[in-house]
Order: sequence, then C-alpha cells, then structure tokens
Amino acid sequence: MSTATADILSFEEAMEKFDPVLGFEVHVELNTRTKMFSSAPNAFGDTPNTNVTPVDLGLPGVLPVINRVAVESSIKIGLALNCKIAERCHFARKNYFYPDTPKNFQTSQYDEPIAYDGSIDIELADGTVFTVEIERAHMEEDAGKLTHMGGATGRIQGAEFSLVDYNRAGVPLVEIVTKPIVGAGERAPELAKAYVAAIREIVKNLGVSDARMERGNVRCDANVSLKPKGQEKFGTRTETKNVNSLRAVEHAVRYEIQRHAAVLDGGGTITQETRHWHEDTRSTTAGRPKSDADDYRYFPEPDLVPVVTDDAWIEKLRSELPEPPAARRKRLQADWGYSDAEFRDVVNAGVMDSIEETIAAGVKPATARKWWMGEISRRAKVADVEPAELGVTPALIVELQGLIDSGRINDKLSREVLDGVLAGEGTPTEVVAQRGLEVVSDDGALLEAIDGALAAQPDVADKIRGGKLQAVGAIVGGVMKATRGQADAGRVRQLILERLGVEG
Amino acid sequence: MTDLTRLSAAQLAEKLTSREVSAVEAVQAHLDRIGEVDRAINAFLHVNTDEALLVASEVDKERSLGDAMHPLAGVPIAVKDLIVTKGQPTTAGSKILEGWHSPYDATVVRRLRDAKMPILGKTNLDEFAMGSSTEHSAYGPTRNPWDLDRIPGGSGGGSAAAVAAFEAPLALGTDTGGSIRQPGAVTGTVGVKPTYGGVSRYGAIAMASSLDQIGPVTRTVLDSALLHEVIGGHDPHDSTSLTDPVGALVEAARNADVKGLRIGVIKELQGEGYQDGVQARFTEALDLLRQAGADVVEVSCPNFRYALGAYYLIMPSEASSNLAKYDGVRFGLRVVPDGAPTIERVMGATRAAGFGDEVKRRIILGTYALSAGYYDAYYGSAQKVRTLIQRDFDAAFTQADVLISPTAPTTAFKLGEKLDDPLAMYLNDVATIPANMAGVPGISVPGGLADGLPVGIQFLAPARQDARLYRAGAALEALLEDTWGGPLLAQAPEIGGGK
Amino acid sequence: MPEITREDVAHLARLAHIDMSAEELDRMTGELSVIVDSIKTVSEVAGDDVPATSHPIPLSNVYRDDVIGETLSNEEALSGAPDNADGRFKVPAILDGE
Repeated sequence: MSTATADILSFEEAMEKFDPVLGFEVHVELNTRTKMFSSAPNAFGDTPNTNVTPVDLGLPGVLPVINRVAVESSIKIGLALNCKIAERCHFARKNYFYPDTPKNFQTSQYDEPIAYDGSIDIELADGTVFTVEIERAHMEEDAGKLTHMGGATGRIQGAEFSLVDYNRAGVPLVEIVTKPIVGAGERAPELAKAYVAAIREIVKNLGVSDARMERGNVRCDANVSLKPKGQEKFGTRTETKNVNSLRAVEHAVRYEIQRHAAVLDGGGTITQETRHWHEDTRSTTAGRPKSDADDYRYFPEPDLVPVVTDDAWIEKLRSELPEPPAARRKRLQADWGYSDAEFRDVVNAGVMDSIEETIAAGVKPATARKWWMGEISRRAKVADVEPAELGVTPALIVELQGLIDSGRINDKLSREVLDGVLAGEGTPTEVVAQRGLEVVSDDGALLEAIDGALAAQPDVADKIRGGKLQAVGAIVGGVMKATRGQADAGRVRQLILERLGVEG
Repeated sequence: MTDLTRLSAAQLAEKLTSREVSAVEAVQAHLDRIGEVDRAINAFLHVNTDEALLVASEVDKERSLGDAMHPLAGVPIAVKDLIVTKGQPTTAGSKILEGWHSPYDATVVRRLRDAKMPILGKTNLDEFAMGSSTEHSAYGPTRNPWDLDRIPGGSGGGSAAAVAAFEAPLALGTDTGGSIRQPGAVTGTVGVKPTYGGVSRYGAIAMASSLDQIGPVTRTVLDSALLHEVIGGHDPHDSTSLTDPVGALVEAARNADVKGLRIGVIKELQGEGYQDGVQARFTEALDLLRQAGADVVEVSCPNFRYALGAYYLIMPSEASSNLAKYDGVRFGLRVVPDGAPTIERVMGATRAAGFGDEVKRRIILGTYALSAGYYDAYYGSAQKVRTLIQRDFDAAFTQADVLISPTAPTTAFKLGEKLDDPLAMYLNDVATIPANMAGVPGISVPGGLADGLPVGIQFLAPARQDARLYRAGAALEALLEDTWGGPLLAQAPEIGGGK
Repeated sequence: MPEITREDVAHLARLAHIDMSAEELDRMTGELSVIVDSIKTVSEVAGDDVPATSHPIPLSNVYRDDVIGETLSNEEALSGAPDNADGRFKVPAILDGE
C-alpha cells in the first residue's frame, strides 16, 4: 500500500501559477428519532444490529415509508441555504453492490432534489465575505458500518474479513452540493474550512442535526482542481473523501492544491479519482479511479410516491426557522458593544454561545468576555479542549464575579477559586471557604500589617508623606505579601494614605 | 359425510359457523387431500401441518365458547411462496433463498392470522414469480390437475393447481403481468388482480414494484370476494397502498347481475394469435352476457400492442434492482469460490449458482435497459407507453363499465413446450399485462373447455372499481354454470397417483 | 438501437454481479438480442409530449410519523446470515490480497 507522500509544490508557488477551483459535498446526518424509511431508532453506540427493522436489513418483501420529519428537516436546510424548494420531487435508486448497503442500492434523489439553487455568504476570520453558490441539497439514506478485521491497522487494505453493523443503515442524510467555487485564490484552504464550519453551524442552529463532525454527523468530500492563471476551462478534479474535521478540510484542500500544482507543473496530468485523507501524514493517497463500474442505473424509486410541497407547508416550516447565524452575530455584537476585532476574536475562539448564556445569566458583556477570552480560554488551551467543554457554567461565572464585586475575593484569588471548582472541590463559595482564600477585610488586621510594612520601610513612608504617591505601591506590596495576597489592594492603599494623613 | 375439500370457501364457512363441521376436521381433510395428490401435482413447497391444525383447534375452542369470529375463521388457505411467513420457510421458488425463514409476516399473512384462517402451506411458483408455467421453479414444476403433462400456468401455478385439485379452498397469489389470472384461466379457477395499491405489498417479495399486486385464487367468484375483503385495505407499511375502503365486494358478488351493464370487448385482445377454442368460448360468453341484458360494445385500445414490449422493459428494470439484495451477505445462499475470494467474487458466485436462467435473463435485460445511454430509449420510453395504455383505458371506460377479453391466448401447453423459447413464453401474458401497466383490476373466471382444457374469460374494471369485477364475474359464472349444470371443475378428471 | 454484443452482456453481468461462463455468455447474448429486437419498437411509440408514468395510481406525500417502532433482536437480525461474528454479519475481504 502507498504511504509515500507525492511531490508537492510550495503553496506560494502553486498560487503564483494556478487558480484553484473548489467544490464540496457535505453529508449531514439528521437527528430525527427514527430512520429515513423505517421506524428503527436513529441512535449510535448500541449493540450492533439491534436498531434495525426488516426494512433496514433489506430483507425480502420489505418496503420503505418516508419519515415526515426528515423531509421537513431537509426543507429547513434548503431554506436556510436560500434554496428553491422543489414543488414536486421523488426518490431514486442508486444501484451498486457493497456489503454496507443492505439492498445493494441506495435510496437517494437524482434528477429532482428537494432543494436547489441557493447560496450562502461565508465570512473568513478577517471579515472578508465570499458567496458560495449551492447547487442542490437532496435527501438520502446512510449505509451500515463496516469494521475491517485481521489486517494490521484495521484498514480495509490487508483485512482478512469484515463485519457489518446495519444500525446506521437508513439514517437520514442530506447531501449539500456546491457549485464550483472560483476565485478564492490563496484563501481557498481557509474558505474550505469556513464553508464547512458554516454548514455545521447552520444545521446545528436549525436543530436538525447534532452536527458533531467527530461523530460523523457532518462529513465532507472536498473537490479540488487547478487551472493555470488566466485560463477559463476547469482542470481535472479529484475528490478527497471523508475529511472529517475542520482542520483536516483546510489541510486537505491545501495539500491537494500543492499536489495538483506539482503534477501539472511537471507536465503531468491529474487523474480523475477519489483520494483518501490521512491525518497522520497530512497527505492524500489515491483511491478508486472513476470507471464504467460507476454506472449507477438511477431510476425513480417505485416503492415511494412523490414529495409534493405547497406554499402553506413551506411557509409553516419557514416560520419555524431560528434566526440565521450571521444575523444573530450581527445582533449580538451590537447588543454587547464589542468592537469588530473583539467580536471576531470571540467568534474565532468559539465562545460566542457561552458568552451569550453568561450575559443572559446576569453578567455584564465586558466581564463575560474577560472571563471567556481570558482565564477559561487559557485553561482550555492547556487542556486541549474547546472552552465550552471545560465545564464552566454561566452560573459559576455569576457566582465568581459576585464574589469579586462584593470584595470577598480579588481577581488574583478568583483564578485559584476557578482552579478549585474545576478540580471538583465544590462551588466557588465552598472553595473560598475550604482553601481559606477570602480577602482580609478586617481593617484591624490590615492596619497591623500596614504598620509593620511602614516600619520596615521608613524611607518610603517619608516619601509618601512628602507627596510621592506613586511610592504607595511598595507599601501595598509589603502588605499583600504579609497577608499572602488575601487583601483587597484598593482598600489597603486607602488605609495606608489615611494612616499617613495624606490626601489620596 | 360430504367431502369437505369439494366445498367452496363460502359453503365451508357456513358449516364451520353453524358448528356442523369443526375447523380441525376441515383442515385435516385438506391435509389428507394434499397427502393424496400433491406428489402428482407438486403444488406445495412446504406443508404447514402442525401450525394449521393448531390454529384450527383454537378456532374450534373459541367458537365453542361463543366468541365472535371472523366469517372465514377456520377456513384453510394456501399462500404463494413469494409471500413471507414467520415460522415457515419462504423460498420464492429459488435456490438462493433455500431454507430461509422470515423474521416477520407479510401484511396479508398477518390479516389471515387475525381472521384465524389456518395456513396450509406455501405454494410453488416460477422463481421470483418470473414465468408463465411454473417450470422455472428451482423445486420442480407444478402440474395441471386437468392434465398432468401440462403446465398450470405461472407464475402462480402452485396456488392455482392447489385450488383446482381441491387441496385448498383458497390461496393467495401475486400478479405482476398475469401471474394470478393466467394460471386461473388454464386451471379452471378464479383469480383476481386487485387495483394496484388495493392490497398491501408489504411482505410480498418484489419482482417489479410498480406492477406487483397480491390477490385471491379460488374456485368461485364469491370466494374471491370474501378473501379480497380479508386481505384488502390500507397498510401504512406500503407507501403505494390506497386509503380507500375495500368496498362491498362480497355484496357485489352476491348480487350479480349484468342487466344494463356496459361491457366493452377489447378489439386488440382477440382474433389473431388466440387459439380457436379460446376464441369460441369467448364468443359464447359474450352471447350469454348479451342475452342476460348486458350492453356489449366494441372498444379499441390501440396502444395495447406495445404493452408487452414496454412490460419487458419496466419489469426487468425494476426486478434487476429488487433482486440485487440476494448477495450472500445477510440471508440465503452463500457460495464461496476456491482460494481466498473477495466479497465481490462471493457475490458473483452466489448469484450465479443461486439464480436460474430466466431470473438471470431478466436481471441482465433490466440492467441493460437502465444502463447509461439506454435509459431514455428503454425505461423512459416504456414509461411513456404506460401513459398511452392508461389513456386507452380511460377512453375505453367512457364507453363501457367493464372490459372483457380472453385471459390467455391458449389453453395449458405441455411441459417443456416453450421452455427454450422465452419470447413464446412471454406471449402468454399479452392479454393480462395491460391491467398491470395501468394499475386497473382484473379477474379471470372459467369460460369452459377447449379440447378438454379450461379457458379463462377476463374482466377489467377502472381503478378502485374492483366491485364491478365481482358483479360481472359472478354473473358470467352463474350463466355458464347453468349451461354446464354445475362448476366447471366438476368435469376435471380424478387425479391419479404420483408420476 | 445498436446490437447487443457479447461484450455488452459480459459488462452487464459484471454490473449485476452474476458470474457467467463463456457458454452462458454466448447463449445469453443470443437470447437477449431476440428479446431486445422484439421490444425496441417501444422507443419509437411515444413522442416527447407524452409524460412518463412511474406509478400506475398517482399518490403523493405518503409519510410516516417520526415514532420509534418495533425492532428486530440481534438474534433475529442475524438469523438468516450465512456467517456472523460478534453480533455482526461477517463477509470476506473487500479488497483483493495485499
């Protein structure tokens, strides 16, 4: 098997010579209760071959019946992608033999997709907006899951046999297909990532998919071709299959651009084929070339009747759509009063939802941002998880901030409290009590420490008396040291000045 | 005591209801008859002795307690082995399903069970219902009770022969291009193809999904109506199932009368290509109907001449896809070639060994008709012809309430006679196919004998007007039985021992 | 309409996953040619103005509510399987050799 990395051109050189053309097929698994054509549960992780009815196994005599909610979810996706919704469409059979496909045909849509001719605006990290045209979004069913056994790596290559679990067979999918995306230039890899992220965000926002890429709820096939600068005609494309994280989408597109460029630059030709993405080597290897075995013999599924939509149905579904993510972002930025740069950082850090929840819980926008972009993001980075996955709840932040605002702890102590909470030591108040982190607010104790500090540095005390207020910091430092940080620095400063009879 | 196997289902039901006869007695009489004659006929692929008797004894017990029962409770029935049944094998007449047991019941089977009708067993058929003679069964041919050297029609030759040989009063068949009606014609029995969608297809192993329909196989028109009312009606498991109520079919059969009924004789389905004796019986039937007050008119359906060709594109296309699931992975036969074969090679070998010639022929033909570059010329064109056939029916039904034709162009031919000539075999269905193409219902009733062999007369009605078939069919049946002095099957020869 | 050739039949047999011997291919080519010849008039009958009929009785919007129903047990699911292991259907290798 091929592990060798093909020669690639540097990205910069590739961009000097060629324009990339992209295209995406994103499969979205819907989160309906049951499957597309059967009443079996649409659920993961159960005992193999138990979330199946005779329909899902393709047993002799079975017939499919369409899940109404799956159709409605598909229409919602179409509407969110600004597509036209077909007044009438039908399912078709795509005929091919593969052991994960129980009937040896996939029930899909061919010449009549449920949604077509749409577009979405994709905003890149720096605020540049690209419009991606959507060719179609169609309904189909997922295949079963193959596990390859006996080989060295669990890969299909070298396996002695395979095991098939049909629990996933028949899970409803919507396949979203773009028109060719031209003109992205050097931003192509970035756009690829942003496009898939946008689709994920849209379907999640609609509530029609769990949209977790790591679970395969959203799967991306990325098409790449290059054309020499100035040429109109598209080059031969390759389709890189199952690129299943946002980072991988960006890397795979970048890699294919570099690989194509090297081949074309060396006078070679690109073979139209599928490519497999390897996360470990960050490269692709050749899959199956297109062949005459790809004669899928599509024909209208005779066991199903057409889907016919009318305005009343479409408008009812449209009225159920949540606010689109882009509009929501615009609204939130205005509400919170963040600058463009601040807001973009928040979005890129993936903490917008968390901040929204935190503000809703009663924290000021600036304070919520301070928490999520500061301490929480820092800890997430260390733990290599998303900030939202750290376990910090809005209620926790409300409580922490409340402790600060009331003067019971200071900023520095709050970090220690957060550590304690995340270590499972209890609520912030409990951690404060248990770790003994409360600010020393007893003026008597503070004055004692202040007197000690003044006595230790009499020259500094004289300077302050002489009006050099910036020297107060040295005394404050001494007090903080003496109280092991558990003092409110503002209060300490105030007391020092009073003690020395100086106007602050 | 009366021979219980000679009774119609309606007569037997009366005796069961009045408790003159027990269900166990009725079932046992039929099991005995199967034991006597089926070695010669080979109508059954599986006899369900224990379960049939168990259900019968339950019926007797419940009836003795005075429980309200379905009118057909305890009346035994045979089921074409294309329809899946829990607890019994289902083979579709194919080696590829040998020994397979379905973990679920077809909707029609569930309805038989709900009515407490004991299932005698599973009947023989051409493999996957592909054929007109039952010679394409992987388990040997079924023989015609009228002449054991002749075919019983197909694909449902087993169900028709079982009913004709008094092995069962009722049977279920499936009709894709005539597989209920043509066997009915050549065995002197009654067969009904309901309106498409009138009976659930869930659990009927698909040949051609847009053409297949389950229907009754019986000895009298009334019995077909009784059975049709049991199995018909909406099923949420079948997306093509109609939501209409089944209709008053039994009432139509009981109140048979053709006075004032406009009967359209289809010009294109008679004359050339139809055996003289078949044409003669057909003409006599028209005379009788006219005498009884029917308004017999001639109608023309010019596009019917393309029906056979279009059928042999649509049917194999759908079949090639429907039969893809038989691959040795989830159920049925698996053939592993020597060496360390891949799953591709196992599939190829399994399907080569598991399917018979006719099935392979149709799969290849269908694969061809659907393949890139030919779809529009073949499948697409055939679907347009379908529209033209529907238009012919629409026009004809403005002139007539029902249409009439011979069911099949010939009487039963000899075993082996057409086995090597697929085209000649396909021509048997020339008169039955238009109904499947348009989804309209049809019935075949016995029309008399030609050279000692049964001839069938077919009525066709507009979609959802199945009741008209029972009205016209029962009327013709009564008129003809008056001339014969009893049922046609009374004239059938006694069946000798095994061959 | 072009003649159906032996190569066509061999290709169709591969698409349909049915192994065929040389003799079978020869026989099938002859039989299919006769059948295709007899039905090819179908493509000349209907004009472009005639719509296709895919369902004999026109219905639309037949749906199921999104409600979980009865499922098969693992034993029932595997009951007809030619081979199984670990609760799953077992199939030979998908790719050839190494």
